[in-house]
Amino acid sequence: MLTAFAILADGLVYGAYLFIVAIGLTLIFGVMKILNVAHGSFYAFGAYGAAAAVGVYFDKGWPVAGGFLLMALAAMLIGLAIGLVLERGILRIVYGKDEVVVVLVTYAAFLILEDVLVLVWGTDSYPAYQPLAAAGSFDVGALVLSGYDMGLIVLAVALAAASHWALKYTRHGRLLTVVMFDQETAAAFGINVTVVFTLTFVLGAMLGALGGAVMAPKISVTPGIGVEVIVLAFAVVVIGGLGSIEGALIGALIVGLCRAAAVHLVPQLELFVIYAVMAVVLVFRPYGLLTQAQPRKI
Amino acid sequence: MACSLRLNLGRFDMWSRTHFSGALAFLAAAVTAPALPAWLVSLATIAFANAFVVLGLVILWRAGLVPFGQALFYAIGAYSVALIGRYTGLRDAFLMLAVAAASAGIVAFLGGYLLARYRDIFFAMLSLAMSMILYGVLVKTQTLGSTDGFHVETPTFLGYAPRGQALNLAIFWLVLGLSAVAALLVRLYFRSVAGMLAVPVRDNEIRLEFLGISVTRLIHLKLVISGVLAGTGGALAAFAIAHVDPNMAYWTTSGGFVFVTILAGTSSVAAAFVGSFVFELVRSIAVDILPGAWQIILGSVLLLTILFLPEGLGSVLSRFKRRAPAVAP
Repeated sequence: MLTAFAILADGLVYGAYLFIVAIGLTLIFGVMKILNVAHGSFYAFGAYGAAAAVGVYFDKGWPVAGGFLLMALAAMLIGLAIGLVLERGILRIVYGKDEVVVVLVTYAAFLILEDVLVLVWGTDSYPAYQPLAAAGSFDVGALVLSGYDMGLIVLAVALAAASHWALKYTRHGRLLTVVMFDQETAAAFGINVTVVFTLTFVLGAMLGALGGAVMAPKISVTPGIGVEVIVLAFAVVVIGGLGSIEGALIGALIVGLCRAAAVHLVPQLELFVIYAVMAVVLVFRPYGLLTQAQPRKI
Repeated sequence: MACSLRLNLGRFDMWSRTHFSGALAFLAAAVTAPALPAWLVSLATIAFANAFVVLGLVILWRAGLVPFGQALFYAIGAYSVALIGRYTGLRDAFLMLAVAAASAGIVAFLGGYLLARYRDIFFAMLSLAMSMILYGVLVKTQTLGSTDGFHVETPTFLGYAPRGQALNLAIFWLVLGLSAVAALLVRLYFRSVAGMLAVPVRDNEIRLEFLGISVTRLIHLKLVISGVLAGTGGALAAFAIAHVDPNMAYWTTSGGFVFVTILAGTSSVAAAFVGSFVFELVRSIAVDILPGAWQIILGSVLLLTILFLPEGLGSVLSRFKRRAPAVAP
């Protein structure tokens, strides 16, 4: 019973983290039909930016709440800058090319950004444990839950609710949905697709960086974190259905719970189980759990 | 695999001329090898071993399929060799290669039943998932060396057991000889009906189905061929590096192969070898002059290739070929 509860708690926390990382990826795919490998770099830059900012801030002994705010702000500013440079500088040129070619372009950007990261911050790891310590912990029965983890779940739920509300009930969200369905029709009705693309990409980049920032206190921020996270994020969005935000939520929950179950019951299967679930979902629902199958075009 | 492999033997002159220049290039490489610096020989060994995988990718790419998990078969080939060395007394390189190629081929055949039904990004993602499953197993299995991997026993060649630089040369010649065989066979395949149907598959597979051709079977065959090639490449790489580790199955390894395929282009068999060699050369030079920033150079090369040479290095080769005087049919 205790194990079951621990699995549920760990799974929800891990799922929340995965959702925060994956929502930007699925948003960019949904609108622009780009599977963005460079999302791993956004994550890594966010983590480094947050870790550096947090280190400076907490050394001064200023109020804790400001530290959390600064962490998120630093990461999202970095995401904004990189996203803008990447979209306007490189991606703009390859719109309309084959889907797979665009994936490779983002892969090239990913390779370049990986080294830029090392050039900026070096190869040492950045500790950013202060927010984790500051959030404290509390006991539920025999389990010790970290306040920071609970905050992560709250943030994920808030993001999911906000994106749902924005897409369904705001004017700009409705316009975005139109672009998702059909770019040409959207353009014909006077929607400026170019601006929508830029904004979407920058927003996605900021969300990816935010994912790195909230994760920074929980991991050791070292080179190579982006490489690991991007395949995880792929698994999450593919399971849920590429381009669907509800799908990313479900994918994140499934992957989070499966991984937590494996960690607690059969630790050897930790990595195996994530990709096995991805493969099984693809076998039965090639387009993911929440996406409608596309008819074949002649 | 009921796809017919009948050969189209028309235009024999052009066809044999390419073979002649190919054979010359291979002979030149084989003869000059002992005189070349050791680093160049080992670089070429790795490059040509990886070119096997790239050849397999070219076969799939021509049909519009881009696998992001070809490292699966590469790692199976490499681990087969390493495991044979560890648990049996077998040391013969040819026997080990046969087992490695066969195991990769069997996995490709079984996995092919699933993969052959997928296209585009979904094909890429499913093959990625498959390779990451193997990675997950390798990393967490202590008996398979976990994250560190393990040592590959020194192979012998039909009784010949060299050491030191002689061993490196022997492996190089093995890789070179097999490259020639593979190049010839893949070229034959491209000339066969099954091989030539690749472009129609990419352009419009439903029309092919209406003509009574099973596209799924065609792609299944392509998957098995590319799996065998990748397994062979992995086995050869294991000989050359004398070590295997789970990174051979990681997505970055697959990404590297896709990278080389873009660089090489899919226009010809020779391009796979030239492209793979250029890639290894660029990488080692980049690591040499900018150890902290070699990926910047690599990424930029990839980006520039996609933007300015979308058909790859091979298109430069064939542009030269077109300038050659026309041969009467």
